[in-house]
Amino acid sequence: MSVANEVAAAAARNDYAGVLARVPYAQFIGMECERFGDELVFRLPPKKSNLGNPMLPALHGGVISGFMEMAASVQLMVMMQVTRVPRIVDFSVDYLRAGYAREAYCECKITRQGRRVANVSISAWQTNRKQPIATARAHFLLD
Amino acid sequence: MKPDNRDFFPLTAFAKRFVDQLAQCRELGVNTLEASEHHVLLELPYNPQVIGYPDSGVIHGGVITTLMDTACGAAVITAIYHQSGEVELSPTLDLRVDYMKSATPEKPVFGFAECFKLSSSVAFVRAIAYQDSMDAPLAQAVGSFMRIGSELMTDEFRRVMEGN
Repeated sequence: MSVANEVAAAAARNDYAGVLARVPYAQFIGMECERFGDELVFRLPPKKSNLGNPMLPALHGGVISGFMEMAASVQLMVMMQVTRVPRIVDFSVDYLRAGYAREAYCECKITRQGRRVANVSISAWQTNRKQPIATARAHFLLD
Repeated sequence: MKPDNRDFFPLTAFAKRFVDQLAQCRELGVNTLEASEHHVLLELPYNPQVIGYPDSGVIHGGVITTLMDTACGAAVITAIYHQSGEVELSPTLDLRVDYMKSATPEKPVFGFAECFKLSSSVAFVRAIAYQDSMDAPLAQAVGSFMRIGSELMTDEFRRVMEGN
């Protein structure tokens, strides 16, 4: 089954775990997704192999970015019913706090979806949603 | 056989010790090929576990971001070490990545980063991810790193970085 079909099936079942299960990278970092009404919240449970800075220890910045980028593309597929996996054009992340070796979350907001390009903003946090560890902005090609 | 760059670039071993401490990079099998006061070159082997587009086998953009973030961080710590002889880890402030084309499956991706300005409080870096040639980049990144001073480093980190 292609990813697009998987998204359609997931929307019908209201269960997005199947979409993430289809993407090896999502499994590699161990991310999960839950839906609350119209909202999706993505979860990144603690995992030793996701760490970077060995002194703190802290999550690798690249893993936080990859988690946010993956979340944004799932959000687009789910909310906008796009039939292809959106292709990332650019990704700009600000790291606001160290991400510690515990569970992280993120949520996405589709700021604008045009015919060909979508702009998504993403916020990631750990203990408190109001104290984000990183915020990011991404453009995707929808084609 | 891969050429040994340690003679040309004596800082390669220092940068390698930094990269090898990052659990995510060990998991990805990132190799440190070269490092100097000006640059760092890393290699990310192809790995089906990090595919982002299952229909085509293309790896996820997040892995390329991780490669470039690591290359940039390694370039900063190496540049600081060359300049002052101090071991000082700098957290990433921000990073912007432009994805120009998809990576070809089954081939490694190289990450080349340079620290083009090192001030007393911020380090500025740029990076390129490529496969066949640097003139055909997969992605390009610019970022800045915050300097926090060498006093905050743990003794163990300093010891590992200095290879003792």
